[in-house]
Amino acid sequence: MIDKPHLDRAHLLEMLEGMLRIRLFEARCVELYQAQKILGFLHLYDGQEAVSVGVIGSLGPEDAVVATYREHGQALARGLGMDVLMAEMLGMEQGCCRGRGGSMHIFDAGTRFYGGNAIVGAGLPLAVGIALGDSMMRRDAVTACFFGDGAVDEGEFHESLSLAALWQLPVLFVCENNLYSMGMALERATAEPDIAKKAAAYAMPAEVVDGMDVVAVELATGRALEHIRAGQGPAFLECRTYRFRAHSMFDAQSYRTREEVAAWREKDPIVRLRGWMEDAGLLHEGEYAAMESRIRADIDAAVAWAESGSPESPANLMKFVTMDHVPQEGQAS
Amino acid sequence: MTGAGPLTYREACRQALIEALESDPRVFMMGEDIGAYGGCYAVTKGLLEQFGPERVRDTPLAESGFTGAGIGAAMVGMRPIVELMTCNFSLLALDQIMNSAATLAHMSGGQFAVPLVIRMATGAGRRVAAQHSHSLEGWFAHIPGVKVLAPAVIEDARYMLGPALADPNPVLIFEHVMLYNDTGPHDPSVTEVDISSAAVRREGSDVTLVTYGGSLRKCLAAAGQLAEERISADVIDLRILRPLDSATVLESVRRTRRCVIVDEAWRSGSIAAEIGMRIAEEAFFDLDAPLRRVCSAEVPVPYAPAMEDAALPQVDDIVGTVRQLLGKS
Repeated sequence: MIDKPHLDRAHLLEMLEGMLRIRLFEARCVELYQAQKILGFLHLYDGQEAVSVGVIGSLGPEDAVVATYREHGQALARGLGMDVLMAEMLGMEQGCCRGRGGSMHIFDAGTRFYGGNAIVGAGLPLAVGIALGDSMMRRDAVTACFFGDGAVDEGEFHESLSLAALWQLPVLFVCENNLYSMGMALERATAEPDIAKKAAAYAMPAEVVDGMDVVAVELATGRALEHIRAGQGPAFLECRTYRFRAHSMFDAQSYRTREEVAAWREKDPIVRLRGWMEDAGLLHEGEYAAMESRIRADIDAAVAWAESGSPESPANLMKFVTMDHVPQEGQAS
Repeated sequence: MTGAGPLTYREACRQALIEALESDPRVFMMGEDIGAYGGCYAVTKGLLEQFGPERVRDTPLAESGFTGAGIGAAMVGMRPIVELMTCNFSLLALDQIMNSAATLAHMSGGQFAVPLVIRMATGAGRRVAAQHSHSLEGWFAHIPGVKVLAPAVIEDARYMLGPALADPNPVLIFEHVMLYNDTGPHDPSVTEVDISSAAVRREGSDVTLVTYGGSLRKCLAAAGQLAEERISADVIDLRILRPLDSATVLESVRRTRRCVIVDEAWRSGSIAAEIGMRIAEEAFFDLDAPLRRVCSAEVPVPYAPAMEDAALPQVDDIVGTVRQLLGKS
């Protein structure tokens, strides 16, 4: 069992920086949205950063990730460049999906990042298939599948957990329970709000984790991965977390109280880790500010690069509707 | 089902699957009752014994789950063949087919392809009522990003699977339930087919009958009857509903100057409507008569035999429509 936290200073700094990168990147996205440079929907991850950083930081390059439409955090944690991500949101040819996906559909073959799925629950069967394909091809890889509490009410949640357990597939199911599927509160959506209990019914270890604590997420991920990599089938994490902002950019937030939001902000995963590190003498004077300005410089560079790109041309509209070859074939067979 | 006697459509489908499984280790099958049960239409009989449970996977009743699993496996390099029992049940997997399989290549800017084959039975005639009898291939033909095949003859049942598996895109194959026991005619010298062109199954000069799948043999029977009345019908088997081979249809219609489209699906918003419109757009001034269609009655397919027969396109309906078109009724 992995029960000793990996708490050396360098690693903690890395996790803090990972979360802060997501937070600050998205803050810039908001500005660009307000300037009408980013269009459409923009689902912010604000508050949930510990989940992506804790889970994805524990994966190797051979592993795969399936995410949702609220996936900037997963994409950055997986190592996608802020530049190609930003270019995608600006609709540029230089974007990771050449402007076809936007904020909700981020893909990256190089890091095995399989989207970016905006149909709630639809990523779960996909993750089962990726794990099935990997295991049939004798690749030693785990597929981490992220989804929200809303997906738990979809039939595909149940179909996928059932299949993954039945076929003992290497899937790490990561439920980011932020208590609301859009405006629908969990306890209004289900008579059994204990999500881990539902997962356990499909015969897999299911753990509830404090999703506002990156160290706790990392530890639980380690335990789950150990189970999966031992060939014992899938595992399930219910990360209890919270999004601080609206579902997409704006909503009236009539479905929750200011007090509730304020109470969760007290648990902010970045503030929490920073405070804990400072108290423990692991974050020195001026280090946080330096980290922040380093990240801001990266963001500035990414935005400048993305804005200097060329908008994907409508002349290429029909490109990739159907494919004339399988792009990843070289590495597959 | 095997051994002596002429090759059936069912056996042709089965041989195609065996060849695919034998020739490519990336190919595997998933579906309900394809293994221990042998396939609800006996198409996969014996495959579990021959290829084992890893490559012939019986699934629980989770159409969306295992269809999505097929998409994921295809994206990482496998060549899955998903069987959806009947197209009526495919609606439980429609989200995966439409929102994932058909979109992932484009949404990802060409980073991924989905080389997946999905087979399903389609069509009516077995007295199994509405929820087992519909023809939904036209709906799927509406979706950019997928290919839709409708093998109507033994050669296509036997050889369409190869190019479908070699295609980097999701390919849906609709096998008409009334064809499984069909034995031909069939040309044993054919050992490969394309999945891009329509076929002229009978040549004629007075009228073009455009059809596909289970309605082909009805059109050929109608053409035979019409020949006795000295009406010569060109019979076109579309074979592929997406992308449509308009050129073959237009060439024939420009020659015969009359066209009847025969489709077991409902008329409204159908592939028959699409073909008619393409002819109207491209060959309007070549026509000597209005376009006509013979489609199913717009009812859920009923159980009782006389009711079901009345709901479906029949040979007499086709013959009658052609006669009327030629002013010979």
